[in-house]
Amino acid sequence: MKKAQLVAGLVLVALVVITAIVAVFWTPFDPIRVVPSQRLLGPGWPHVLGTDGFGIDIASRLMIGARTVLVVGIISVGLASIVGVPLGMLAGQLGGWVDEVVMRSADIVYAFPAILLATLLAAVYGSSTLTAMIAIGVATIPAFARVARAGAKQVMASDFVLAARASGTSRWGVAGRHVLPNIAPLIGVQASVGFAMAILAEAALSYLGLATPRPNPTWGNMLRDSQQFLVTAPLQALWPGLAIALAVLGFNLLGDGLRDYLDPRLREVS
Amino acid sequence: MTEPVFRAEGLTRRYRNGGAEVVALDSVDLTLDRGRRLGIVGESGSGKSTLVRLLAGLDRPTAGRIWFEGTEITGLPERRLGFLRAAVQMVFQDPRSSLNPRMKVGDIITEPLRSRLVRKELADGDHRARLAEVLAEVDLPADSADRYPHEFSGGQRQRIAIARALAPRPDVLIADEPVSALDVSVRAQVLNLLTDLVRSRGLTLIVVSHDLLVVRHLCDQLAVMRGGRIVEAGATGAVYSQPRQEYTRALLAAIPRIKVG
Amino acid sequence: MTLLDVRDLSVSFGRSRTPAVRGISFDLAAGERLGVIGESGSGKTVTALAVMGLLPENATVTGSISLNATEIVGLDEVGMARLRGDVISMVFQEPMTALDPTMRVGRQVAEVLRLHQGAEPGAARERVVSMLGEVGLTDPQRVADAFPHQLSGGQRQRVIMAMALINSPDLVICDEPTTALDVTVQARVLEKLDEVLTASAAACLFISHDLAVVSQVCHNVLVMLDGEIVEQGTVADLFNRPQHPYTRGLVATARLDQIEPGERLPTVEDFHARRP
Repeated sequence: MKKAQLVAGLVLVALVVITAIVAVFWTPFDPIRVVPSQRLLGPGWPHVLGTDGFGIDIASRLMIGARTVLVVGIISVGLASIVGVPLGMLAGQLGGWVDEVVMRSADIVYAFPAILLATLLAAVYGSSTLTAMIAIGVATIPAFARVARAGAKQVMASDFVLAARASGTSRWGVAGRHVLPNIAPLIGVQASVGFAMAILAEAALSYLGLATPRPNPTWGNMLRDSQQFLVTAPLQALWPGLAIALAVLGFNLLGDGLRDYLDPRLREVS
Repeated sequence: MTEPVFRAEGLTRRYRNGGAEVVALDSVDLTLDRGRRLGIVGESGSGKSTLVRLLAGLDRPTAGRIWFEGTEITGLPERRLGFLRAAVQMVFQDPRSSLNPRMKVGDIITEPLRSRLVRKELADGDHRARLAEVLAEVDLPADSADRYPHEFSGGQRQRIAIARALAPRPDVLIADEPVSALDVSVRAQVLNLLTDLVRSRGLTLIVVSHDLLVVRHLCDQLAVMRGGRIVEAGATGAVYSQPRQEYTRALLAAIPRIKVG
Repeated sequence: MTLLDVRDLSVSFGRSRTPAVRGISFDLAAGERLGVIGESGSGKTVTALAVMGLLPENATVTGSISLNATEIVGLDEVGMARLRGDVISMVFQEPMTALDPTMRVGRQVAEVLRLHQGAEPGAARERVVSMLGEVGLTDPQRVADAFPHQLSGGQRQRVIMAMALINSPDLVICDEPTTALDVTVQARVLEKLDEVLTASAAACLFISHDLAVVSQVCHNVLVMLDGEIVEQGTVADLFNRPQHPYTRGLVATARLDQIEPGERLPTVEDFHARRP
């Protein structure tokens, strides 16, 4: 059961990644050029998933959307972890007032949902994929900081850290050689789950018009565009919705599967 | 008259646990001469582990002073403790938690050699050579260096921990419950190893244990602790055969002996 | 009368090629105390878990375990749950993990009682306090109202014993019950265990790596090595006339007080070369 979870997650994620990579080089049709004569065609050949209100091939837009999703995920999770993990490690290793300051700051950031941050950024710099990524990244920092802190605290309480101190290892040495490698699995799981949340957040932001502007396709704004045609061409809304659902499911399964897979391995078999 | 290796006066350690204050160590005095083997015996809460961690500089006393080879170490900042770290090494109780599960055995053992603090004190040498040397001394195969702790048995992991302690060629070895977490059938090997090493290198040894028989085997001096204080001390043979305190007698009587019939 | 009859029991995990237990057979009479000695990895704990039906999902069990003529191998969870706590119970090594930290101790013991005997809360309380007193806890009323973290290691272990014995089971399995305890506490707990077992006439399977500890409670002993039983007999037999080289090694290594301080201790390897 546990293994099935991990495999399913891997398959779904691989699907998204491969689609995204392929989309960099090739899509069946031009994802941006308007073709009025081909508007709102149902699924068939050659447009496998049909065309949207501007006559653009849905499958091609979906593929580019996958690319965007991946970039958003990587940048926002990357930002969140590069800032959040060291902060969390610092709090967990040093404790005391450092811990308090870092955690209270994290609480404050946590109180701002990504949507609010994105709105603020959009108001100043205009909506774009970049503002969305930064907003989502910043909003996710506290989650990474918390996980890193909990992991660091646990590692610091272990005998092997005491032994490292007895060996004269400096605080930096302890952080890099002992804390980081041992919290890495936890961070990996968090990253996977974070990716799922980033996808959802981006979709929501695009839907609201706070992220990638038209004509560049993202799954979120594809959903928005399809709204006007919900009665006449309902399938149009299905594809991006399905893509979002499967991608989020995939990353969540991967995260859960990783967590379960890593747990018994870390435990002792006597 | 040579300087004692360790001297402690009025050593006290208090800390807060939840709301209550716990006195782990209550005004303990101690003197340990070079080349001696001291056993510290006590049950949980006796303060024995706290005492040796203070001696090893891994914790700071609430009150009292400690001297290592004539130099006072109380109040010294970490960066000035290099000389202590190079000369005093520790082996911990549980071989499952005292070795970083994500580090290769070779890196674990040479960690003391790579720390900046300790390096200054040692003559520069080839780490790889020292690693091979020390693995041979604890009777582990040379290819152990590239493997991970979980690939070894409990007894072997404890030997890895001993190898790590020996790497910087310390003068003092502190063993905190060195065999308690091991199966009875595996203890003999580790005890023999400790006996040989102490003898061949002229180490000063401190053994902490709740097991009087282990201490009797390894040590020539004995201190019994209870409630943060030393309640009885003396030569091992004397304390063993003629215990003066009721508590010591109770400890001796509690040792399980094979009951036949 | 045979209470427990184990025939050709084999247990392996997942796709592992080496079985943890390899075709062992032994039996236990009603009221008999049998010790199982072995190192980590010998299969002793796996055997105990097999008898309790507590092996993980990926375990493959073959052979037969018959308790009071009920076959345990292949018995479904419902059937097994009916036996546990009532006919057969277990005392674990780590009292802290065997007790729910959020529930008062008295209530946990009472739960075991009510599960199998359906007693009412009032009557249950009386029996619980009485049982806690029987296992040697002073001030059982106060202990019953305490949470696990408020008790010492020895007290917690006695609570576990109370839980294991309150329904007067036919068989009590103890897996390293005193390994985590201080030596003076261990002595008292073993003494009390001996007492309550005699009083309730329960049979006992006592698992440990320490022959001296086992001998405080048991008369007969099995020696396990690498999943097999290598020797069986009374403590006296094993001690005075050990047959198998491994047993000889175990006995030699157990008598630390016989060797002069500083002399080389005999190791098991002197008598029996281990499997690499």
